[in-house]
Amino acid sequence: MATQQTQVLGRALLTPAVALLFIWMIVPLAMTIYFSTLHYSLLDSEAWSFVGLENFRYFLTDPAFLTALRNTLVLVGSVLAITILLGTPLALLLDQQVVGRSIIRLMVIAPFFVMPTVSALVWKNLLMHPVSGLFAWVATLVGTTPIDWFNDVPLFSVILIVAWQWLPFATLILLTALQSQDEEQKEAAEMDGASALSTFIYLTLPHLARPITVVILIETIFLLTVFAEIFVTTGGGPGLATTNIAFLIYTQALVQYDVGNASAGGLVAVVIANIVAFFLVRIVGRNLEA
Amino acid sequence: MARKVTARRVWVSTAAAWLFGFLIFLPILWMVLTSFKTELEAFSMPPKFLLFHWTTENYATVQERSDYFHHAVNSLLIAGGSTLIAMIIAIPAAWSMAFAPTRRTKDILLWMLSTKMMPSVGVLLPIYLIYRDFGLLDRRAGLVMILCLGNLPIVIWMLFTYFKEIPKDILEAARMDGATIGRELVYVLTPMAIPGLASTLLLNFILAWNEAFWTLNLSTSDAAPLTVFIASYSSPEGLFWAKLSAASTLAIAPIIILGWFTQRQLVRGLTFGAVK
Repeated sequence: MATQQTQVLGRALLTPAVALLFIWMIVPLAMTIYFSTLHYSLLDSEAWSFVGLENFRYFLTDPAFLTALRNTLVLVGSVLAITILLGTPLALLLDQQVVGRSIIRLMVIAPFFVMPTVSALVWKNLLMHPVSGLFAWVATLVGTTPIDWFNDVPLFSVILIVAWQWLPFATLILLTALQSQDEEQKEAAEMDGASALSTFIYLTLPHLARPITVVILIETIFLLTVFAEIFVTTGGGPGLATTNIAFLIYTQALVQYDVGNASAGGLVAVVIANIVAFFLVRIVGRNLEA
Repeated sequence: MARKVTARRVWVSTAAAWLFGFLIFLPILWMVLTSFKTELEAFSMPPKFLLFHWTTENYATVQERSDYFHHAVNSLLIAGGSTLIAMIIAIPAAWSMAFAPTRRTKDILLWMLSTKMMPSVGVLLPIYLIYRDFGLLDRRAGLVMILCLGNLPIVIWMLFTYFKEIPKDILEAARMDGATIGRELVYVLTPMAIPGLASTLLLNFILAWNEAFWTLNLSTSDAAPLTVFIASYSSPEGLFWAKLSAASTLAIAPIIILGWFTQRQLVRGLTFGAVK
């Protein structure tokens, strides 16, 4: 139905968006690549020189990088595990006949809309404070010593906060997927005498495989660059205990003003994200054809 | 046909679901309660749940001492501005891809999606330096620009999936009746697209309001939105729990309410149509 006129019009309408996104993607990335080959500090911007791949060697062999990489993987992996292992039963529960479901849904979804700086500070102060926090009070109630969260288990504390923010996302997506499941199929299985467990394993779980994959990929993309939660609670510390790759690059860029090194780190982050993005784009692309 | 469920099972599920929901909501609830306490009672041990001296003085102090409204206005202008500009750029693009697709449309869509996946931190320095040299640091215009570009792929994708659902037959019928493209847009497409446009607008406003990477790195005071304002409470000398809670409650209340209206669209917008 597309006449030549609409074709031309279509292209004209599409161009501004494509051009803007292209510039937005290419210009900073090209600059990052260029900077990554320089010895260049903002503190001494006169003295800069070309050093080739030296920054990459430095960044990748820096012990801080390995620590940050480990922290990043632990953070991403733990948050994924928590949100999916809690989100699946929660979604199954909300898919049941439940009195007041819409109100529960609202309560469950709410954390996703809380800005990261608020959730981090509320958790750190009101809940996790070792003396006056709500958790400390619960600990004394059950007769254990309160945990000094951000000193004793700093990375785990950050993980808890981030998991709380992303649990609604996982739950909501899995719930949406569950609601599109074929009811008649489940009924047929029940009539044939299938137990609730085998219905879950053979019908529901395969149905959830795809949304779970989508949750994993999308969360990973956001979780790889968790920043604000670390920025307002620990500042990456104590030591490097809560420094992830994003925070390490930020420190090198805007605290130490080491342009070359931060750019090399930035490219490493881009490569890691691209590996994940590759799989997500393929899944989404397959869906476009359907 | 509804499945038969025993009353006992309904009550067990209900109790479990309410318990889960309550626990997840508890941090927000606790924050709102704390915002109505005095600073002394906010710290008190054991904590006071409902039987405390309710006061609204924190809300008044937050405004008087820290210029809350300045930052709220910044949030509103930055989130609103970036969303509106993104919509203006995205509507024609999404329209074009949904109604005049070419062989390359799918590739363009996927490419747009991939730009969203570039980690912001990878381009932090170039953006920071460009902004410094053009005097855009701590300027609202700078934040509007960056958030607009950052959210543009999501806006285009959401609009595309909505436009895709508008039946093409109707357009053809209108065209048969001699409608021009302009009339077709105004009388046929727009009315059908309004729900999709509204939810795209809302969801992206929320995302921009809560954005906390660029706002923290590119603004400090003049242009600082609420994300940055709240972050200033993280310094040890700023530790006033009741005031932090009051400021936080004010910062998230409008967004949670907006968010509750968009929960359906959230799935669609953030999964790029991969889950419906």
